[in-house]
Amino acid sequence: MKSEIRDVDDVRIIELSGKITIGAGDVKLRELVENALENGQKKILVDLAGVTAIDSSGIGEMVACYTTVTKRGGQLKLLRLSPKINDILHVTQLITVFDVLDNVQEGLAAFK
Amino acid sequence: MSVHSTLRAHLVLSSRFGNVEVAERALVDLCDQVGLDRDHGYWLVTALREAVANAIRHGNRQDPDRLVVADYRVEPTEVTIRVEDEGDGFDIASVPDPTDPGHLLRPSGRGIFYMRQFMSRVDFSRAPGGGTVVEMTRCFEPEMKESAR
Repeated sequence: MKSEIRDVDDVRIIELSGKITIGAGDVKLRELVENALENGQKKILVDLAGVTAIDSSGIGEMVACYTTVTKRGGQLKLLRLSPKINDILHVTQLITVFDVLDNVQEGLAAFK
Repeated sequence: MSVHSTLRAHLVLSSRFGNVEVAERALVDLCDQVGLDRDHGYWLVTALREAVANAIRHGNRQDPDRLVVADYRVEPTEVTIRVEDEGDGFDIASVPDPTDPGHLLRPSGRGIFYMRQFMSRVDFSRAPGGGTVVEMTRCFEPEMKESAR
């Protein structure tokens, strides 16, 4: 999994690409979110446009990150799901947990 | 390129997460050789990865000396995957439904759910040596394509 980070005002945007899977992408995702929190960034937008696969470990880590950020008074939202990632969030019913936005502008506006 | 009717593979893997990728590549190669639709292959691979990852993590406890054996039978209309570990086995009835509202925010426990969602049939049994065997089949008969993901 590859990642790129940028900040727009007080929102940390984490762009992910590749696989979020066991033993690699899942650990990296956790580190990226913890790093944002350590830097005082509590508004986190995870851009999944480039993600090709997410296994149950990756989904589990996403849930753990969501819980961690929420407990610390922040918000974690998802951005630009591919059709297959969207399918997975629906079958796991996690689509009811995450706030999902279609583009960056919507994502940034969702924190205001 | 000629299209084969039935292809098989037998893999013996040490319990390292990197071998999930090895298992995936072998299955993708067979699916390509029989001319299976890439979209169907995607969901097969998703289920396979869960079976192998479970065998490594929960079955063999990531002990690299314990093996995971994966067998594939790939045909244009049906794919069967068998994964066996050398662990202590588990009670399938004790695995909670991860879509239960009380379990939605659990960070783990979705692997078997993934397999059942993306395969037509999933069966668990005990291996002769005591480990777990998961055998799962995905059918691509025209009448099943409508209901299968």
